[in-house]
Amino acid sequence: MSGAVPWNEARAQEIIDAHLGLEGPALPILHAIQEEFGYVPEAVVPQMAQSLNISRAEMHGVVTFYHDFRHAPAGRHVLKLCRAESCQSMGSEKIAKDFLERIKLEWGGTANDGSLTVEAVYCLGLCAHSPGALYDGEPIGRVDGEILDELASEAQKS
Amino acid sequence: MTKIYVPRDMAALAVGAKRVLAAIEKEASARGETIQIIRNGSRGLLWLEPLVEVETPEGRIGYGNVKPSDVPSLFDAGFLKGGAHPLSIGKVEDHPYWAKQTRVTFERVGIIDPVNLDDYVAHGGGQGLAKAFEIGPAKVIEEVTKSGLRGRGGAGFPAGIKWKTVADAPADRRYVVTNADEGDSGTFADRMVMEGDPFVLIEGMTICGYAIGASKGFIYLRAEYPQCAEVLTEALEAARKAGWLGENVRGSGFAFDIELRIGAGAYVCGEETSLLESLEGHRGIVRAKPPLPAHVGFMGRPTVVNNVLTLATAPAILAKGGEFYASFGVGRSRGTMPLQIAGNVKYGGLYETPFGLTLGEIVNDIGGGTLTGRPVRAVQCGGPLGAYVPPSLFDTPFDYEAFQKHDSLIGHGGLVVFDDTVDMMQMARFGMEFCAIESCGKCTPCRIGSTRGVETIDKIVEGVDVEANIELLSDLCNTMKFGSLCALGGFAPYPVESALRHYPEDFRKATLPAAAE
Ligand SMILES: Cc1cc2nc3c(=O)[nH]c(=O)nc-3n(C[C@H](O)[C@H](O)[C@H](O)COP(=O)(O)O)c2cc1C
Ligand code: SF4
Ligand code: FES
Ligand code: FES
Repeated sequence: MSGAVPWNEARAQEIIDAHLGLEGPALPILHAIQEEFGYVPEAVVPQMAQSLNISRAEMHGVVTFYHDFRHAPAGRHVLKLCRAESCQSMGSEKIAKDFLERIKLEWGGTANDGSLTVEAVYCLGLCAHSPGALYDGEPIGRVDGEILDELASEAQKS
Repeated sequence: MTKIYVPRDMAALAVGAKRVLAAIEKEASARGETIQIIRNGSRGLLWLEPLVEVETPEGRIGYGNVKPSDVPSLFDAGFLKGGAHPLSIGKVEDHPYWAKQTRVTFERVGIIDPVNLDDYVAHGGGQGLAKAFEIGPAKVIEEVTKSGLRGRGGAGFPAGIKWKTVADAPADRRYVVTNADEGDSGTFADRMVMEGDPFVLIEGMTICGYAIGASKGFIYLRAEYPQCAEVLTEALEAARKAGWLGENVRGSGFAFDIELRIGAGAYVCGEETSLLESLEGHRGIVRAKPPLPAHVGFMGRPTVVNNVLTLATAPAILAKGGEFYASFGVGRSRGTMPLQIAGNVKYGGLYETPFGLTLGEIVNDIGGGTLTGRPVRAVQCGGPLGAYVPPSLFDTPFDYEAFQKHDSLIGHGGLVVFDDTVDMMQMARFGMEFCAIESCGKCTPCRIGSTRGVETIDKIVEGVDVEANIELLSDLCNTMKFGSLCALGGFAPYPVESALRHYPEDFRKATLPAAAE
């Protein structure tokens, strides 16, 4: 994904402080942290807890509740494949299973060379073009094995 | 200068609209043609995307399923003047899929430049709010009540009554929250209206804010819609710049602003109290009701939480009158519903129509049956918590009450079509699995019951004590239905039970061959 920077506590504090004027700033902060560092480092939890004046346990609970916040950096590219009903009606499960077998990954896994992380999502609003996917945030409809193989090899190159 | 429309709708982008746009720009400059590109929303004839339109004196001529490699031949055919080409569908407005719709909420979607406020106004935008300022808050609520508009997020609660409850609740502040979490499989109407006509949502929220006495609104948008977030951000900035949001909305003296918030991939955060928890920065754990969000909502203040479509329909209701809107529909389902036709279907898309068409008309006549050409076996209506409906019930009219009679729901208006290769036991299993993945964890029936449901179905798959396990599964469904706090655990049984009821043979596959031996 686009240039994530290494963990930096001072930078994290800047991000936190920039959002403190919002009503209920926790999610906007977590999104901004993940945008900056590529994931939500464990170290940010006590820092946020202090700034937001809540317990560490509560802050930890917030971070872990949401599927989208990563606890470790993802691969350079992220492919989200839809597994919800509409995409299933167009054979998404088999397409995904075969693809994962070919690239030897499990759901949520990252390729050994760090090129690609494949994640499950449940509906992308592309259900008239099922199966749907997001590759680094770009939508793809009518996904098939060929498209997925191309993406995997494209991911290796950049 | 010829105007060319290339949609920026996420579905159009998903099938190559950006590459087509680049090819058109390149070809035009190579040929020395000056063109003006407009990035509209989608018309909703989604199977035709990318649908490129050219403005001609006769109207807008459409070219469907355009690939970058088609572009030179389009220029050769004189498409800048609407010239004939195999991809031409003629005047888009004459296409039956478009011409037969009744577009109220989606009046401008696909037609205008979504982030151009002048274009919005030129197509009737802004009249609803002007009317609201003219008649005052109490009359606004009356008009919305008169329209019969019911919440489009799923539960179908009358919008006017909700607004009145919030307006009447004593408080120092009130809030308007747009539920744009659109998590149901088979739905994309919220996304399309926000990408194709974001000002209508902004106007609808402003009308609501004015009616209930709120000066702050939030849009809680799911994270899976990054393109939609861009459009909304542009539109909010344009609205602020033009004085449509801010300290003095359009010179009325009314102050209102809207903040866009992004979710983080939790389906349950579409449930209104979970959404409010999330907005406040907590885990998205569902709150017990009462108190209703209308009394104790965001930051403990009275809050209207409405679906995108509910709020986006308010401007038309104000502009044209509650009676106009109520003149459409059947029974207690008044007005129009933007249907989302999805899944294994030939003509997938958005189709806004008055309530009352039969399911068969929608799936077969409008949707054209399955894309694979095989027989339709099931249609899941109303998202992952909605029932699977077999063709034998296709004469059911599309309205809230008629669907309820068959233990189904219309929900957010999504219809997912399956052909005869579907394994309904697997779909039932997925229903339970999805509930287990997305459960907020507050109630045992939902959290544990759904996991037990998956395990039980796995036993049925293996052919272990099939009848006893089917009974156990039915019991589990009952426990979940009656013991869950919210509709995730409470409604997850509906797809499972409908699969058991209408497709019993799919659950007995493991036993059948054995019995035949
Ligand atoms: C698990 C669950 C998910 C929901 N997801 C959504 C959603 O994505 N969008 C939505 O508008 N309503 C959703 N709802 C319904 C909301 O709780 C609420 O009824 C709705 O936002 C009220 O707005 P309305 O009256 O305009 O429909 C969901 C409900 C449940 C139980
Ligand atoms: S039914 Fe499920 S999602 Fe709803 S409150 Fe209970 S545990 Fe949470
Ligand atoms: S179900 Fe896959 S995009 Fe909607
Ligand atoms: S709230 Fe505890 S079991 Fe439902």
